[in-house]
Amino acid sequence: MTLWRQPFDAAEKATKPGQIHIDKERCKGCDFCVDFCPTEALRMSVELSSKGYNFAVVDDESKCLACGFCELICPEFAITVSIPLDNNVA
Amino acid sequence: MNGDSACAEGAISAGCRFFAGYPITPASELAERMSERLPQVGGVCIQMEDELASMAAVLGASWAGLKAMTATSGPGFSLMMENLGLGVMLETPCVLVNIQRAGPSTGLPTMTGQGDMMQARWGSHGSYEIIALAPISPQDIFDLTILAFNLSEKYRVPVLIMADEVVGHMSEKVTMPTIAAKDLVERRRPKVKPGKYLPYKPDADLVPPMAVAGEGYHFHVTGLTHDERGYPVMTVEAHDRLVRRLVDKIRLNRHDIIKYKEFQVEDADIIVCAYGISVRIAQLAVRMAREEGIRAGLLQLITIWPFAEQRIRELSLQAKAFVVPEINYGQIVLEVERCAGDRARAILVPHMGGSVHSPQTILEAIREATQ
Amino acid sequence: MTDTLNAKNHSIEKYLRQDRMPHIWCSGCGIGPAVSCFLRAIDRAEIDPNKIALVSGIGCTGRVAGYVKLDSFHTTHGRAIPFATGLKLAKPELKAVVFSGDGDLVAIGGNHLIHAARRNIDMTVICVNNFNYGMTGGQVGPTSPLEARTTTTPYGNFEPPFNLPYLASASGASYVARWTVLHLRELERAITEAMIKPGFSFIDVIAPCPPIYGRMNKMPLPMDSMHYYQEKTIIRHGADPKEADITLNGPILAGTFVDIERPTFQDQLNHISSKVNAQV
Repeated sequence: MTLWRQPFDAAEKATKPGQIHIDKERCKGCDFCVDFCPTEALRMSVELSSKGYNFAVVDDESKCLACGFCELICPEFAITVSIPLDNNVA
Repeated sequence: MNGDSACAEGAISAGCRFFAGYPITPASELAERMSERLPQVGGVCIQMEDELASMAAVLGASWAGLKAMTATSGPGFSLMMENLGLGVMLETPCVLVNIQRAGPSTGLPTMTGQGDMMQARWGSHGSYEIIALAPISPQDIFDLTILAFNLSEKYRVPVLIMADEVVGHMSEKVTMPTIAAKDLVERRRPKVKPGKYLPYKPDADLVPPMAVAGEGYHFHVTGLTHDERGYPVMTVEAHDRLVRRLVDKIRLNRHDIIKYKEFQVEDADIIVCAYGISVRIAQLAVRMAREEGIRAGLLQLITIWPFAEQRIRELSLQAKAFVVPEINYGQIVLEVERCAGDRARAILVPHMGGSVHSPQTILEAIREATQ
Repeated sequence: MTDTLNAKNHSIEKYLRQDRMPHIWCSGCGIGPAVSCFLRAIDRAEIDPNKIALVSGIGCTGRVAGYVKLDSFHTTHGRAIPFATGLKLAKPELKAVVFSGDGDLVAIGGNHLIHAARRNIDMTVICVNNFNYGMTGGQVGPTSPLEARTTTTPYGNFEPPFNLPYLASASGASYVARWTVLHLRELERAITEAMIKPGFSFIDVIAPCPPIYGRMNKMPLPMDSMHYYQEKTIIRHGADPKEADITLNGPILAGTFVDIERPTFQDQLNHISSKVNAQV
């Protein structure tokens, strides 16, 4: 997204990508996280997990804004999103 | 004091601080007494919406650490069977009083019966062992209620008090001594720290120590077949291990649990085997038989379940016959028959309910037994 | 990064029995997100987890008790509320939470639900409402909408369903809300508010059951139900719960419907008990 005018505190408030951890052995491939990710940072795998499910994988972590919705909506408690430490300092 | 009230007083003396019940004749006086007395001693008494809820609330209260009790009669007893099974499975100490009336169904609500004796043993589904006691008087129900709480806390099993309407409603003098703390049994608490605790890892007597809610143990309990961690395990082996232990913790400790009293059985040919109110009529019948020269004796079953098998077996070697008066059409007589085998006859003196036997009827059965 | 979960960085992992994962719920089941919201709400409401007693009945949602690392009770069908009543009355410092399904709480346990609400027992009831009996294979339930197909209504359901927020509020609940498992931020906040609220609180959580109810009602994929919630949910706080009826694939009214002050059971009990002269 390009803004035609920069907010004065843009640098301070800039979001840095979150880190998404997915336990592929817990994932049952419901697609919720992929479908509802506001930045389309996730996708479903082509390969199958040991239980036979396609599982969610991170497509482009740089898109992640660490909103944590995937973590909340995951029915399997399989996703956790962490924010790199230096992000919390500001 | 009537039997219902004496039972309530016994419970309070035993340390019971929670009662949940639902009105039913002839057990309502018990709930009324508890509702008056429990607030005085800092306990909680609640009238629930039905007996299903009453029994569930009692289990909940026990898991919160209180000694808990409920009381009912036949129709309510049937409803309580559901959570009685849960109580057995979760190994929850609690006491359930059944002031029996004559059934089936609504039957004779205000009149006596002893028709729930087998339901007490087998009323909930599945294989289990239970403890049931039968009082014969208001004094007896006071004493047995204390014993019931002690057994329940010791073995972590619901204990049933199978009284009958006559015992519940009769008024007699009751002596209520102050019960010393040393005479009260409290459930064993876990000695290990949270995190190390296995809710269903038994001690040597097969009874596991019990944590209660709110102490940080974060335990899980379930009515499903479970392992020592309390987690559901759906295997034949886990089920075998669990059911065996639930049954064996009572069976192997039966010598500690089973109580009975004997009158003039030393030389008896004919032994009247009775429980509940029928004991008092049988006493009279035995005395009358002795006057006629019949060597009759009386075995009073205090503990009905587990059944006093061994004693009946021993007595069957000396006696010709057992006479079993019951206010039903034959329940405990089946157990007596089983234990006596073909060594001694078991003669049922049935009464369909509504009143008690006349001593004459029992005497006639004793006479017949001599033939 | 796709790897095994690191327990330390998952905010709710500390409240899960990790040795019991993965759970038994089907792909796309709505119970998981509801549990996530509840576990986050514990911290948000600043409740001591040692003082929570979580009670479940029987059914898919009944299994919640087995997955949370709290004092947790998996009881009999329909009896979670009276069991929790016993726990709460015997130890008032406990926070009683009942987590169960619509069949358990409203059909077989319906009587207990209305009486606990009437008494205003301090308890939070989270009802995962998926419109059918999932565990037993998808039979019609007390909340199945008219015309819904289930295994016991193969030609369509002919019984009108309960409107749960209306039932709970009419019975006397102090706090009543409804959210779907798509509205998770709202649901988390509602559970937080409910747990803080003294008295009986009830949350109707609309949840998908894709492989059973969904399959029979033209929403076979987990995403189908979620898209339905996305399109058809109408959020109206303070709405009259009377209007919260749900029809087959029709609009879902969501929001906080009731948030009132009423003396709790414990308040009333303490008030009356204070008149009793303590004796031994």
